Amino acid sequence: MNLDEARVADAVGRRTGDVVLALDGISLAFGGVKALTDVSFDVREHEVRAIIGPNGAGKSSMLNVINGVYRPQGGSITFAGRTGSHMEPHFAASNGIARTFQSLALFKGMSVLDNMLAGRNLMMKSNIFLQALRIGPALREEIAHRKRVEEIIDFLEIQHIRKTPVGRLPYGLQKRVDLGRALAAEPRILLLDEPMAGMNVEEKQDMSRFILDVNDEFGTTIVLIEHDMGVVMDLSDRVVVLDYGRKIADGTPDEVRASQAVIDAYLGVKH
Amino acid sequence: MTEPGGTHDTFPKLLLHHARVRGGGTAIREKDLGIWQSWTWAQVRAQVEALAGGLAKAGLQRGQHIAVIGANRPRLYWTMIAAQSIGAIPVPFYEDAPAAEMIYVFQNAEIAFAVVEDQEQADKLFEILPECPSLEHIWYDDPRGLRHYSQPQLASYESLAESGSARARENPRFFEDEIAQGRGCDPAIMMYTSGTTGMPKGVVLSHDNLILSSRAYAQLEGLRDDDEVLAYLPMAWIGQNLFSYAQWMAVGFRINCPESGETTLTDMREIGPTYYFAPPRVLEALLTQVTIRMEDASWVKRRMFAHFMALARRVGASILDGSAVGFVDRLHYALGDVLMYGPLRNALGMTRVRVAYTAGEAIGPDLFVFYRSLGINLKQLYGSTETSVMVCVQPDGQVRPDTVGPPMKGVEVRVLDSGEIVLRGPGLFQSYYKNEAATREAKDAEGWFHTGDAGFFDEGGHLKIIDRAKDVGKLSDGTLFAPKYLENKIKFFAHIKEAVAFGDGRAEATLMVNIDVQAVGDWAERRGIPYSGYTDLAAKPQVCDLVRECIEQMNAQLARDPKLARSQIHRFVILHKELDADDGELTRTRKVRRGFIGEKYASIVEALYSGATRCVMQAQVRFEDGRVGNVSADLHVLSVKTFAPETVKSAA
Repeated sequence: MNLDEARVADAVGRRTGDVVLALDGISLAFGGVKALTDVSFDVREHEVRAIIGPNGAGKSSMLNVINGVYRPQGGSITFAGRTGSHMEPHFAASNGIARTFQSLALFKGMSVLDNMLAGRNLMMKSNIFLQALRIGPALREEIAHRKRVEEIIDFLEIQHIRKTPVGRLPYGLQKRVDLGRALAAEPRILLLDEPMAGMNVEEKQDMSRFILDVNDEFGTTIVLIEHDMGVVMDLSDRVVVLDYGRKIADGTPDEVRASQAVIDAYLGVKH
Repeated sequence: MTEPGGTHDTFPKLLLHHARVRGGGTAIREKDLGIWQSWTWAQVRAQVEALAGGLAKAGLQRGQHIAVIGANRPRLYWTMIAAQSIGAIPVPFYEDAPAAEMIYVFQNAEIAFAVVEDQEQADKLFEILPECPSLEHIWYDDPRGLRHYSQPQLASYESLAESGSARARENPRFFEDEIAQGRGCDPAIMMYTSGTTGMPKGVVLSHDNLILSSRAYAQLEGLRDDDEVLAYLPMAWIGQNLFSYAQWMAVGFRINCPESGETTLTDMREIGPTYYFAPPRVLEALLTQVTIRMEDASWVKRRMFAHFMALARRVGASILDGSAVGFVDRLHYALGDVLMYGPLRNALGMTRVRVAYTAGEAIGPDLFVFYRSLGINLKQLYGSTETSVMVCVQPDGQVRPDTVGPPMKGVEVRVLDSGEIVLRGPGLFQSYYKNEAATREAKDAEGWFHTGDAGFFDEGGHLKIIDRAKDVGKLSDGTLFAPKYLENKIKFFAHIKEAVAFGDGRAEATLMVNIDVQAVGDWAERRGIPYSGYTDLAAKPQVCDLVRECIEQMNAQLARDPKLARSQIHRFVILHKELDADDGELTRTRKVRRGFIGEKYASIVEALYSGATRCVMQAQVRFEDGRVGNVSADLHVLSVKTFAPETVKSAA
């Protein structure tokens, strides 16, 4: 086990730390449909952890279990020193889990800036009346929030669309804004649900660079779901492979690529 | 040199002067994190002092070169003055130049020091490091992404300034002593010419060259220290350097660095520059944007636009020139100013513009008149890197679309029998770096600089440029053929981005065209024509018809001019890819390299003259990251209607 950890750290070449999130024996069913069956894996501080698998493998369900949208029927989740049978969404959010959505969760009529400020909602402390009047502590607070959001705008290179309503932007940029909204919450763990879906090669390259930069600059732990195998293998430190709700492989990209079970799941087996 | 630049004869001395005289006044602004951050002259002086100390400590010596690579960032400007303070010579680079193009300059100038904007530029330098062993130090402004770089050459801008501050504490006289040693005739900067042919040449310009040229402009236009200028063009271009660096130092006005390339227009509206400089392609892009937005506007607004633009074309320029215009027209124009010209100037960010210049390339007369008719005092000037942009400029009240004005004070201009323009003046460069032969070829024994441009003086004493001397050709029947003139004319159509005209030694003129993807894409969307990208759009029959209509309109205009009627375009091709500097088809300042294109697309040129209707083309394209790919295309060669001069007369 020790040898294995040393190898992971070596292959990664980054300062991955302790386990911050652990899932143990998670099972989730919707009526008779078993979405997840006895899945266990952990996420280490500062790493990029990918969850991959064919369509319907249970990847998005897994993400929803992590941030508390779904309550699994079996198993336990350990996060921020608390072990429980499920995660509470507000506990997840207030303890630093943020996510992006496959189908984008932005206010289409609001500007990029306002969308990202909305992402900091949980951190706004002054009361709504002071905020509405923009006086005293509320104003100081807003300046601080705006500064942080501007830093993220600068980081994601979206200065030119700062004031543009999100609905008028092309899809690739909307995805970037969604990432910005999640980053605005200054998460410890960032869950990305298919961040590259529907993008062209250039947009994928840009997004990959942003994901690595986020991980590098802010030290954010990243859990991502992705279809594009090439992208996953390049980005991730460790990969979990799901197939029909079961974990069939877990390890570094090279290990996963060599696994017979993964090859079978992706390419099919001779019958 | 005619005379030295007085006591403030170098840029660093000017900086000290400004810090003394207007220390608390704003010198430079940069938009960062959504806010305009400013630095006063005193702050700039402190920054430059620290940098100069750091550079000297790192080993930068008097007379050595230092590379400055990146977009317009205050710290890069400070680096230039800091280097000049200790007698070193900055060499600015185009930020979008690929690594391979930088090798030659680094080797030629034996550059050992570089200050770069960010990771992208640092990566390029590490790529060429094996071939440029002289490079020892690279300092970066933006640390993003560079955290894990362990190369010994790399260090942050902060560390450089910090080591310089330490030095300044040890020896507070160092900075001013070094500056005092500088003289006006010392080289101030080296700029590499874009080189439409052959290897780039390093043009050495002295402090005197740039300062005397700057002062000439300042005097001519009455520039003041409260003027606002937007610094948004590439730093490696002489135009940017003269108007945003040399004149900034000479006059002491304020320069403003936009947040990013994409935000330039918004930033310009926020700043409201009073003094503006733009090459024709920028003005063209602005006009295209206006045209697109007008086509999407409501019927009432479109009618209003058409009505008032027609009026502006008729009387706008005359009103600006102060010539006689009837009372009714004046009243009408004043109404237009309230309803349309004013708001449009505001949308363009030109409300406060007192003087605007365009240069770098010939500007289409229609484009030029458009801005002037709106009441924007846009003027043309003529100059080049070798002349510190100090040759000709149009004085107020004598602005014509087809000339570049009379010679500036102190500049002698002559036209040789061959038609080539030669000149002498205080802005004239020192030499081409390490290229004695080229220097002698360009600057003859009596000090006349051969520009390579062909032109003549008109009856009013204004210089008129026709084309590059070597580009002006003749059709096979002997009539004059000026390709650039045709290209500029057709580019005025919003749908056409770039064009290359052929015809020298041929019976008739032909054209290669790049459509403007933004404008034509918008046009196609409104007509429900689906397309996937440039190549697909360019091949649509509807688009071919659209371009043909544009060319036919131009032909009709050409037919009215007896000298140019023979130059009407007979056949054309819409190219399958956009001409690109990375493929060598344009220079870094976006000038068409006609000869290179003629060779590269020889099969298309042949098809244009062989009467074929199709042409299959294989072409290499270079992607932004330097990789090379292949594109093949099946192009249509199309014919255009031409007009005999008589038919137009009868039609009109």
